[in-house]
Amino acid sequence: MKPTDPCVTWLEETPLGLAERLYLPLFIQGLTTTARHLISPKVTVSYPETRPTVGNPLIYRGVHRLNRDDQGRVKCVACFLCATACPAHCIDIVATESPWQDREKYPESFSIDELRCIFCGMCEEACPVDAIELTSLLDLTGKSREEMIFDKEKLLSVYDITKDAEPMKSTGMDTGHTSPADLGGRP
Amino acid sequence: MSMSDFLPSPLTLAALIKIGLLVGGLMTAAAYLVLLERWIAAWVQDRRGPNRVGIPFTKISLFGLGQPLADGLKIILKEDFTPKHVDKILYNAAPLVILAASLAIFAAIPFGSVLPPLNIPGLPDPVPFLVAPGLDVGVLWVFALSSIAVYGVLLGGWASNNKYGFLGGLRSSAQLVAYEIPLGLGLLGVVLAAGSLKLDAIMNAQAESGIWYCMAQPLGFLVFFVASFAEAARLPFDLPEAEQELVGGYHTEYSGIRLLLFLVSEFLHMITAAFLIVIMFLGGWHFWGVTGSSQEITWLEALLRFGILTAKILAVIVFFMLVRWSWPRFRFDQLMNLAWKVMLPLGLANLVTVAAVEEFRPQLTAALGATTAGWLALAVPWGVFFVGWILAGILTPSGTDNRPIRAHDPLDIERGIREHDLAETELAGTR
Repeated sequence: MKPTDPCVTWLEETPLGLAERLYLPLFIQGLTTTARHLISPKVTVSYPETRPTVGNPLIYRGVHRLNRDDQGRVKCVACFLCATACPAHCIDIVATESPWQDREKYPESFSIDELRCIFCGMCEEACPVDAIELTSLLDLTGKSREEMIFDKEKLLSVYDITKDAEPMKSTGMDTGHTSPADLGGRP
Repeated sequence: MSMSDFLPSPLTLAALIKIGLLVGGLMTAAAYLVLLERWIAAWVQDRRGPNRVGIPFTKISLFGLGQPLADGLKIILKEDFTPKHVDKILYNAAPLVILAASLAIFAAIPFGSVLPPLNIPGLPDPVPFLVAPGLDVGVLWVFALSSIAVYGVLLGGWASNNKYGFLGGLRSSAQLVAYEIPLGLGLLGVVLAAGSLKLDAIMNAQAESGIWYCMAQPLGFLVFFVASFAEAARLPFDLPEAEQELVGGYHTEYSGIRLLLFLVSEFLHMITAAFLIVIMFLGGWHFWGVTGSSQEITWLEALLRFGILTAKILAVIVFFMLVRWSWPRFRFDQLMNLAWKVMLPLGLANLVTVAAVEEFRPQLTAALGATTAGWLALAVPWGVFFVGWILAGILTPSGTDNRPIRAHDPLDIERGIREHDLAETELAGTR
């Protein structure tokens, strides 16, 4: 962009009036602003005595959970879409043949390295059966790195803790609705 | 030989007790002022500030009052690292010089009025709240030593052999030399009016007349106040250690306990500045209707005077800290403009006014009566104050613009092309 570009507006510094040259209005302005902030309510949250408020728990990207279906089984079908979508490569799935009739595979083990995770939520978006979801739990702590690798049981237990406060976004186990025909695509 | 031969005289003992109280008090005050500074910084920024540390090894937090202990322990236990490239002797001497000078200043600064008679043989009553009573050159002592404290800053900056430290030292020397003059001029007016170089005598003079020198010499107060900010290197004049520009200024290369000495003496400078402002312009321990002006007092009055002096000093320090978050830092040329083109003339005007008022006061009192003369002696300095301020505002160059003066519009492209063509033809002609 050239300096002569018509989109550029050049401004001259406004000359100081007598009031500004006397420094008094600026003095009062500065001091009143300081005094106002001195007594205004504080924004710091005294964690852990008070918990920070989560704006909308349904879209907050906190600790993961693995959802259960209505029979209490893990909802995951071990399709690896989340592991593929994950930019941090923190999801590790071992798939095996499902003992149940309604799906071919299920995860024998499903672990997420919470230390590697960047909480982008792409696993949740990739999941075709809404099995993996991010909850609004935000204080994720542990005493060792090993402890921070959440396995299937732990992820399911996160679901058990949070299912009442944050209901599953879709309850059905029906995989049919993800077929291209249902979505209006070509068969 | 009796035991009493080995004991120091009551006079020495009294001085030692006062030194102990003062040094202990000052160090504690400096530590807690750091906490206060952090609190005010946090509150002004809508935060809460340090409020967790309380009594060690318990869960009692006491609003964070244990923080200075934690801060001090932390910085003392840090590695005291000496870089290879420094001048070892000066590098080690600098923090000692600055701390010794800023502590020794308090030998001549009264921290209260006097004690009631103690009737201890060998100790003349009343005992003043002053380490070196009877020092006739108290004000000179204070100013001489505060100039020596500058050496600490300069040595630190120079010996560090670091460009940030060096720039900090340079800025510091220029700034402190420039602001010593308005500081001295503001002080001269007070000395002239009180007729003494003793700080306790200056306080007594204000208590006796009931008129603080900030009312009798508003211009001197303004000049001294602004210059004190610069001398204490507080915002908006903290150029020697401007963090954003100079990392840490003259103490960039220091760590551990030597850094602590620098930081403590910075706070001591602020306390000194507050002491001087209060003692010389805000009436010291005097407050109308609360403390009398007599030297014969009870224990209650002695404590009351001490409390009032402390409260005033604390108020000035809190103001120092609020100012830090209110106005942006001056640019260096603006700082120098302010010192030499505004504060120096205003200080001189104040000095002349005070001299004239003091000179003609007896004649005026004889001619007009004491009341009218008294009011006139107040009205004249205030008139000079307003006129001086307005003149300073109108006459001083506006310090906001440091761009080069342009002969023509830089956006006039056609002119540029013409000049270019002209140069081309001239070049072709020479060929």
